[in-house]
Amino acid sequence: MYFESFNDFLAMGGYGFFVWLAFGITYLLLIVLIGGSIYQQRQFKQQLKATIAREQRVKQYQEQQV
Amino acid sequence: MFKWLDPYAKSETLYHFCGKLLPFLMVTALVLLLLGNIWGIAFTPADYQQGDSYRIIHIHVPAAILSMGAYAAMASAAFVALVWQIKVAHWAVLAIAPIGAVYTAIALITGMAWGKPMWGAWWVWDARLTSQLILLFLYFGVMALDGAFSDRKVGAKVSSLLALVGVINLPIIHFSVEWWNTLHQGASITKFRPAIDPSMLWPLLISILAFAVLLMALTCLRLRTAILENEQHRPWVRKLVGG
Repeated sequence: MYFESFNDFLAMGGYGFFVWLAFGITYLLLIVLIGGSIYQQRQFKQQLKATIAREQRVKQYQEQQV
Repeated sequence: MFKWLDPYAKSETLYHFCGKLLPFLMVTALVLLLLGNIWGIAFTPADYQQGDSYRIIHIHVPAAILSMGAYAAMASAAFVALVWQIKVAHWAVLAIAPIGAVYTAIALITGMAWGKPMWGAWWVWDARLTSQLILLFLYFGVMALDGAFSDRKVGAKVSSLLALVGVINLPIIHFSVEWWNTLHQGASITKFRPAIDPSMLWPLLISILAFAVLLMALTCLRLRTAILENEQHRPWVRKLVGG
């Protein structure tokens, strides 16, 4: 560990605000990108699954009518 | 010669191939990212001139290098999409564009947070900063053009064409610090003899590798979504999702 104490680590030799701002925004953006990509795929799969299920119900109903 | 590549142009094969790679790539990327960043931020000595503010380098440089790497990958896919008319190549272009845009934004924002304490300004209209901002707009342009035409095929072609033309910006970004008199410092690690001490270089190289692997992982993930969306009427997708 380069820093003497945890407070020193947070202070970053007086540049704490800028260093933690940079790292904070980076990790925020990466989390949004990864999470968003996973969410997008999950959302689409659920939507498609519902569509397929509805189509099958309609088909079943039509077969009963005949 | 490219016969071994042929099956991967088929969306179903590519979907399963990406699915196999994805967990491995994602775990490797996150482990390397945490390792490189924690090493860089807590276990390396401070810079003799810039003090601890230089630690921003451990995200700024990887994001900047890979924002250009992502563009090169996207443009290669666009080339394949235009020349050989392979649909999955165009979906790859659209899968990579948002990742590249986020990397570019990270490079710009961390650069601003580094510029303020060192240069005294959040932003200057310097050659390096301006050309990097243009890279961000190129990514936005590629994403926007795809949906801007009522005929999807025209949109796909135009956005791939923009991705290809935009390659001209890559050497401009790289050499901007040599061609123009700029505030931004010159290259340190892409020189034959890196102008950086090994104790600082190693964590930086690990972080660069982490951003590269993360780019691959996210491309796999987003390409899978794109394949499902575009092939949703195919029997294999119906069976996979519905069954």
